[in-house]
Amino acid sequence: MRREPPRTLTDYGPLFFPAAMLTIFFVVPFGTMIAVSFFQRQQGGFYTPAFVWSNYERFLSAFFANVLGFSLMLSIAVAICCLVLALPFTYLLTRMSRRAQVLWLVGLLSILSLSEVITGFAWSTLFSRTAGITNLLVAIGIMDSPRALTPSLGAVLTGMVYQAFPYTVLVLYPALVRLDPTLTEAARTLGASPLRAFFNVVVPALRNTIVATLIMVFIFALGSYLLPQILGRPQHWTLSVLITDQAIYQSNMPFAAAMAVFLVLVTLALVALTLFLGRKGEAA
Amino acid sequence: MSGLVLKDISKRFGNFAAVSHVDLSVPHGTFVCMLGPSGCGKTTLLRMIAGLDEPSEGAILLDGADITPIPTHKRNLGMVFQSLALFPHLNVGENIAYPLRIRGIAKEDQKKRVDELLQMIHLQGYGERPVSKLSGGQRQRVAIARALALSPKLFLLDEPLSALDAKLREAMQVELRQLQQRLGITTIVVTHDQREAMTMADTVVVMNGGEIRQAASPVDIYRNPSDTFVADFIGSTNLLEISADSASRATFLGKPVAGLALPAGLAKASVSIRPEDVHLTAPGGDAIDGTITFIRDLGGTIETFVDVSGQSIVAVSTPRARPEVSVGQKVGVVLPHEACVVLKR
Repeated sequence: MRREPPRTLTDYGPLFFPAAMLTIFFVVPFGTMIAVSFFQRQQGGFYTPAFVWSNYERFLSAFFANVLGFSLMLSIAVAICCLVLALPFTYLLTRMSRRAQVLWLVGLLSILSLSEVITGFAWSTLFSRTAGITNLLVAIGIMDSPRALTPSLGAVLTGMVYQAFPYTVLVLYPALVRLDPTLTEAARTLGASPLRAFFNVVVPALRNTIVATLIMVFIFALGSYLLPQILGRPQHWTLSVLITDQAIYQSNMPFAAAMAVFLVLVTLALVALTLFLGRKGEAA
Repeated sequence: MSGLVLKDISKRFGNFAAVSHVDLSVPHGTFVCMLGPSGCGKTTLLRMIAGLDEPSEGAILLDGADITPIPTHKRNLGMVFQSLALFPHLNVGENIAYPLRIRGIAKEDQKKRVDELLQMIHLQGYGERPVSKLSGGQRQRVAIARALALSPKLFLLDEPLSALDAKLREAMQVELRQLQQRLGITTIVVTHDQREAMTMADTVVVMNGGEIRQAASPVDIYRNPSDTFVADFIGSTNLLEISADSASRATFLGKPVAGLALPAGLAKASVSIRPEDVHLTAPGGDAIDGTITFIRDLGGTIETFVDVSGQSIVAVSTPRARPEVSVGQKVGVVLPHEACVVLKR
């Protein structure tokens, strides 16, 4: 198919609607947020238009730096866990019968229909001392007495990986279905064990998909603010939790906005860095 | 026995028998072509030899040793896939070196062997190129070189030339055959192209419905097909219904075919006669009378379609050997008995 660049105004017609939606629901609110981040806070929950850096200055402290660092690390950990679990899973899934594939995908999609609150409390019950999975381990004799697994970092990580896993599979699935199965077979006839063939052939062939998946899960995890509160201790709270706290409970909109803007900038910088490194690796 | 032996191999997918009770013996250094229509089980059989599919029954022996339970990556074989399956993230040299890298062979030795192989496939200096920058024929050769990098005992090819255009395919057939003879490697090619099989093979294995119908040299397969399927599948042929008269002479539409007799006890049979063996003469005498319905003049050869009491017989001749005939003309058809192959029905 030949593609010509659009020439007249009507050629651009189909773009008007999405452009308008993007402006109204993204550019305007985001611009408002940037503006608010420079406003002066008034005691009692209001703010007045101004141009001050104080909101950003307040953010530049060891405490917030730690929270930011923790949030980024947690999101990276979630992204890596999701990929490590989902890549072999999806690879095996694409090799199952059509029927089994549909059943698995429907099951995974049904996770997405649950609200974050419900999954959060479900996990906190599963990790509790009184009704949790440790009771099962005690019953089969692996543990001596039931233990509470929450609140803890592990619980937060598990909950967030559980949330992001279906998205990861859905992003990887099309690429893996399209992957030529004879590539791994060829590797096997050339002397590679099935595991080695997977790492030598499947992983490199899916490089770009893997990078895209990591970025997607990373950003998805950065926005999570419920699960860290339900399953974690205060030191496991992410920047998103603090933003919610400032915006809703402390009524400090300018500071919340400043933190959100900062988070967006750091995220964009990290994504750009990943893409840059990815491109460099490709050229080499 | 040295070479490859298939013992009573069967493969079932659910209720469907893809391959049933195949016995085949391939002596060391022979070139075998497995030929058959799509779905006849030839690719499944090849995949079982490679270890990519497991036989439901039977055993595969290589040089006397049972390799059925050995996984693919320990079988020491080279395989070329229909899709070629070159690794897109590696360049030409890295693709060819892949099996050497897997075995942990020293870097310098890898480079030496890759250069040798590139020379063998006439692609010296292409080592650094990405695979995507090669033409179809060049990719084909890279796939062959990669499969041969470790000098395997068995060389398997699954419809290797089907993606190439007709001219290049013919050239590659000759090249592949010469390469195989130079290396003396036991080679099995799956194809649906009988011309390809006739060009390359020492032994042609004709398969249909998951069974081997005949395994013999190309000329034997062509001259002495074992059944009507083989006769019909290989080349074009006239299959005629023959019955025996009281003196057990063969008759076609009530007219005896001179010199041809049916085996004792057989009242009815089919006869296969190649179009180039059918002669046309003036009607009358011993010849069978017919009417010409169509003439296909291909320049090099001429096909004459003759209608004999509702049955169509095709005769092929070169332009010079052909009597002057035209559509609608009455002619006599002569079936030389030495060219007739009697087949059970």
